[in-house]
Amino acid sequence: MSVSEQDLQDFRQEVSAWMRDNKPADPGFLLPQSFMEVGTEQQLDFLREWQHKVWQAGYLGMAWPKEYGGGGLSPIFQSIADQEMRRHGVPICFNVIGLGWAGPLINDIGSDEQKARYLKGILSAEDIWCQGFSEPDHGSDLGSAQTRAVREADEYVINGTKIWTTMGNYARYMILLARTNPQTERKYDGLSFFLAPMDVPGIDAVPIRKVTGEYGFTETFFKDARIPAESLMGGEGQGWKIAMKTLQYERGAEAGAAGGLAFERIVIDDMIEQLRDMSRDGAPLLSDPVTRDHLVRLIMEEKSIALGDKRAAIAPLTTDYPFSLQLSSKLRITEYARRMRQFAIAQQGAAGSLYVGDEQARQGGFWQRAYFNSFSATIGGGTSQVQANIIAEHILGLPK
Amino acid sequence: MSVIANTKLSFDEDQAMIMEVAREFCRNKSTMQAVRGLLDSASGFDSNAWRELADLGWLGIALPEQLGGSGLGVAHTVAIVEAMGRSMLSGPFVTSTLAAQLVLRAGSSAVGDRLLRDVIAGVPATVAQLESADWGSDSCACLIDDNGQLQGSKRFVADAEVAGWLVLVSRYRGAPALALIQAEQLPPAAIKTHTLVDETKRAATIDFSGLQLAPEAIISTEGLSAALRDYALLGALLSAAEATGSAAACLDSTVEYLKTRKQFGKLIGSYQALKHPCVDILNAIDASRSFLYHAATLLGDEPLSRDAEIACRMAKAQASETLLYASDRAVQFHGAMGFTYDCDAQLYIRRAQWSQQQFGDAAHHRKRLAALLLDE
Ligand SMILES: Cc1cc2nc3c(=O)[nH]c(=O)nc-3n(C[C@H](O)[C@H](O)[C@H](O)COP(=O)(O)OP(=O)(O)OC[C@H]3O[C@@H](n4cnc5c(N)ncnc54)[C@H](O)[C@@H]3O)c2cc1C
Repeated sequence: MSVSEQDLQDFRQEVSAWMRDNKPADPGFLLPQSFMEVGTEQQLDFLREWQHKVWQAGYLGMAWPKEYGGGGLSPIFQSIADQEMRRHGVPICFNVIGLGWAGPLINDIGSDEQKARYLKGILSAEDIWCQGFSEPDHGSDLGSAQTRAVREADEYVINGTKIWTTMGNYARYMILLARTNPQTERKYDGLSFFLAPMDVPGIDAVPIRKVTGEYGFTETFFKDARIPAESLMGGEGQGWKIAMKTLQYERGAEAGAAGGLAFERIVIDDMIEQLRDMSRDGAPLLSDPVTRDHLVRLIMEEKSIALGDKRAAIAPLTTDYPFSLQLSSKLRITEYARRMRQFAIAQQGAAGSLYVGDEQARQGGFWQRAYFNSFSATIGGGTSQVQANIIAEHILGLPK
Repeated sequence: MSVIANTKLSFDEDQAMIMEVAREFCRNKSTMQAVRGLLDSASGFDSNAWRELADLGWLGIALPEQLGGSGLGVAHTVAIVEAMGRSMLSGPFVTSTLAAQLVLRAGSSAVGDRLLRDVIAGVPATVAQLESADWGSDSCACLIDDNGQLQGSKRFVADAEVAGWLVLVSRYRGAPALALIQAEQLPPAAIKTHTLVDETKRAATIDFSGLQLAPEAIISTEGLSAALRDYALLGALLSAAEATGSAAACLDSTVEYLKTRKQFGKLIGSYQALKHPCVDILNAIDASRSFLYHAATLLGDEPLSRDAEIACRMAKAQASETLLYASDRAVQFHGAMGFTYDCDAQLYIRRAQWSQQQFGDAAHHRKRLAALLLDE
């Protein structure tokens, strides 16, 4: 299928017009800044309706197979649609664990039956997905996960505790990493990967309150929960390999995601805008030399990230440490976001002490909330420190 | 408009080919042994390598075809300079390229054309600009009097001793002017060599007092102010290119050591206190390279655009800090070995101190970036 420049331009105009016309009005309550912060039914309903609408309009899952609810088109269309969503500042497509990780996985290695059963519900937002990897005692060291899965006839019986389960209380399915064999020589070889239903007896998802005061993830208890044996993905013992593959999608290192925005986009221009009317020592803040110097550093950092994405696509300019830009992208972006937002609060003077709920808080406490939420990305999906280990070992070749 | 705005970045086949050839050339001509062999030589560079480099046409890459250059533009020299930085290849390439750009951009003249032809043929040229240590000052006391005679001196003149041509930044009859001077014209004992922190580099103070200029050697065109501004920006960019190359080589050598040295029964590279800063350095180098080639993308023969100015300044601000950090950690991470003259870390940490002071340090550029980005 060949796509002309003209087709793409026309398409961009079409999506752009649609986003402009369909961008929801401010609902009058706080929306989550990312898919990891859906904490109320109100937010859930709103986001579900929005994602459904985007999918129905044909702007989600554009590159997924047609027979499973996708558009059957080249991925270039989805990336244009995503760009336009970003440009118009529309809400996120919140079913990210389905859209971005479980979905691509099922598309890549699932059976036709699994594709038929799961993919459409992911796109339409009817079926929310969550991820049951982390446990109270095993976070970064995921390979040591201890939640047990024991085969009994045509079922697996699950016992154990998962934690930090984003949308665990709303999800219909979970991608679950559990131990089918506790006696393997290598801890990784005892793990298996399941597409587990959440609506069976014995599963209890208890919301956990976050640093922001809001909700978004749960501690998820399994007590003799019985799931069908066909929930197993791949074979027993292949869980680690499959989990690593999902993490590749999650970190953007492998393509296949359905598209849509996972995070509210917060850029430095937004921050500079709010600094314009602030003062320090009785003079405009933006005339303060120390502030200016710090701001330029941040601008450079944001710009270097954008330029890095461009350079990553130019082979002769990446010969030294191939893939360093791709592999370090999460670390660079999330750490930058964290520092930028922290800086934004620091500039507010006494008003920096106010939080969401105070009517005098600047932009309703937006930056305070955004700063706290930035840790979801520096911790979730592999902490920055673990990312640094991976880069050091895989790109620089340093020993473990 | 967004402060990020322009993020163009492209690299054509010519550039890719030049980059490959340059890396290969520099690797062969400038082994670490060769670099060390030149440290206390008078000229500081290998004249055979210089000859070959001129024969390859590199000095003419950014100069017009009608003068014998290849007319590709100064963007095409960025990869060469980065390769030189990586191999610590010394010599007056950057100095000569910049002097030629200044003369070219100041406007055509017979003497200027002679200088440019000479540069293409391999005669080094340099610019004599600074009088104080302050890159931000434009006061000028080294003046051309109404009769064309010079009075005063310039400091920090790069490659002064080997330059066949000197481009003096001065004033004549109340307006900015360049004086194009041949080395033979210098008064006796005019050059006093500096002792530089970077022993691969050469620079001197030159006393021009008493030198008599022919009228045609004085260039005082309308475009001169813009040419001087662009010269400073291109200087920042090429210094950034060299520093980025040096930082990459520095990281490589540190990483190599971390993979071989053992303490407490383990390779020291397995300690995160060493590992994670190496990742920070890698990321900083990646940022430097992105700025470099972004800036190169925005360059042409015409006066530099606002976006190009921003890009050159960002490249220098980033590269200076990157090399300072990479080399500082290189010394520390080699332990006492890193404190020795024999360890290559000394070459990089010395290069870093020198390089940050070429065409303004990071703070100098951030200050100007703030004005460009926040005030307009
Ligand atoms: C908002 C949010 C949403 C999440 N959603 C989900 C989800 O949906 N499903 C799910 O399964 N998990 C989820 N997680 C969990 C996340 O994947 C883990 O938090 C993460 O893997 C880290 O594990 P941990 O919290 O146990 O921290 P730990 O692993 O205990 O780490 C504690 C500290 O030690 C550091 N550390 C650990 N190991 C090393 C090492 N080898 N080298 C250097 N430093 C190290 C870490 O960087 C961190 O600073 C979520 C987390 C957050 C914050």
